Amino acid sequence: MTTTTTPTAPGIGDLAPAPRRPKGRFSAARTARYAILLFSVLIVLIPVYVLLVTSFKGPGDATPTRAWALPQLWIADNWITAWDTLSPAIGRTLQMVIPASIISAFLGSMNGFVLSRWSFRGANVVFTLILFGMFIPYQAVMIPLNQIVLDIGLPNGVPTLILLHVIYGIPITTLIFRNYYESVPHELIEAARMDGAGMLRTYAWVVLPISIPSFVVVLIWQFTSAWNDFLFAVFFSTPNTGPVTVALNNLANGAQLQNYGVSMAGALFASLPTLLVYIILGKYFVGGLMSGSVKG
Amino acid sequence: MILMAVFVYGLIAANFATSATDNHTAAQATGVQPTVFVGIGNYLDLLASEAFQHSLKNLLLYTVVFLVGTMVIGFTWAWLLERPMRGEGIFRSVYLFPMAVSFIASGVVWRWLLNSNEGEQALGLNRLFQMVGLDFLQNPWWNNITWGIAAIALPAIWQLSGYVMALFLAGFRGVPEELREAGRMDGASEWQVYRHVIFPQLSPVALSALIIIGHMSLKAFDLIMSISKPSNYQTKVPAVDMYVFKSSFDYANSAAVGAILLIIVALLVIPYLIHTNRKEASGR
Repeated sequence: MTTTTTPTAPGIGDLAPAPRRPKGRFSAARTARYAILLFSVLIVLIPVYVLLVTSFKGPGDATPTRAWALPQLWIADNWITAWDTLSPAIGRTLQMVIPASIISAFLGSMNGFVLSRWSFRGANVVFTLILFGMFIPYQAVMIPLNQIVLDIGLPNGVPTLILLHVIYGIPITTLIFRNYYESVPHELIEAARMDGAGMLRTYAWVVLPISIPSFVVVLIWQFTSAWNDFLFAVFFSTPNTGPVTVALNNLANGAQLQNYGVSMAGALFASLPTLLVYIILGKYFVGGLMSGSVKG
Repeated sequence: MILMAVFVYGLIAANFATSATDNHTAAQATGVQPTVFVGIGNYLDLLASEAFQHSLKNLLLYTVVFLVGTMVIGFTWAWLLERPMRGEGIFRSVYLFPMAVSFIASGVVWRWLLNSNEGEQALGLNRLFQMVGLDFLQNPWWNNITWGIAAIALPAIWQLSGYVMALFLAGFRGVPEELREAGRMDGASEWQVYRHVIFPQLSPVALSALIIIGHMSLKAFDLIMSISKPSNYQTKVPAVDMYVFKSSFDYANSAAVGAILLIIVALLVIPYLIHTNRKEASGR
């Protein structure tokens, strides 16, 4: 790849823009820059190396003396075991994450629309309360939430988790949509209203179609955070009814003898969907991170 | 929005109410036995207990290490990548990708990397240190009672430095080129341009990064659950205590811990929200 072309070689590095600076000093600084960046790449990738290598090792191969070596024999057993153990949970996670992200995206877009268009007394206070809603530690609502779930008899696992991700996703999705609608020219919506469209019609025919970029961002955001959630999952499900984070944690920390190979293959399985989102939709993923920059 | 009002603020109120009762047993939790109002008694007991103080200390240590780590690394990466360069996209992608992985999944590998065995039985990072001749770096990682929690901050730094980098990078790119030009025209060296022109422009970014990373760190739970165990004294923090109390049906204490966390987060976040609100209002 171009990244690793020797930046030290005179002439090559200087092809890049920024001609303003004195060349000698520039190359030295540039070399140092690349060196630090490449070294960081190595450090960041260490866990990935460990995950991959260990997931292909047989039981006898995972001895301390060979901890960092490549497998003596590449075997797929761990992957098969991990898949057998985790695939039901991955299925449940999909059943949970897909409706949860779609519903919370729609609610967020409606809220955001209302908040950005109809200013009312105390709108600022409402807005601040929503913002704060993104920061609250869910630990502070867990006990009463648990009581409610018990009282209305919601089944553990997927249905409860969908409800929770929808409700607690509202603040962030509202905020992202509200900021987006603020940036849309007001005339567009005014025009629709002049034509006699009511609020709902305006929303359905004018607002929704222009909201697609925000929907992409919000869906990615909600998908990743619901997929990766562990807190709600561990409170409101069991390893047999819960999403993949709970199942994986149980697999890796279960009572039975530690099998690093299987847990690492499992960890890779459990991360694949979010990693795919990141790889395929990387540009929007970063956008999601930015708009979610007030959430954790 | 009404849903939110009920489920966020209504439940916070309900949580405070539970935390002010003597609801400490399974019988009371299920409503078989009545509970009595005890005011702030639970809070006083918690704050006085050595075990909970240990959690708070752990939380502080974790937060400091995590904040300093992500801010320093994230800022450095952003600064190095700030000027257009070859392969920028690749560096950025590599630094950011850990963020897409759940703490539970990354916990699996970090549990191995932070294995506390030393010497002949060394695994993970300890083994690596041994192989490259840095034996003195070997340590028990999260099994150290006082400093163990800092070891758990390492994976957290690994996951979120890229995020802080992305924030700072956006900040750097937001500085208008004219400002830099003006600085250079005034005869400032490249370093002086950074020091006096660009860095000051980044303080809002730094502030929001601090708030985001800070409030995430206060909620630290997933990583500790997957690397250590909830019952491990050396790595416990309030979020974990809350879970443990809940598991033993001690709802009152569990709610009180949740409320303490909420108060800490509020103390951190509310001034920030007011500050940004004012700025936004005056900016219009």
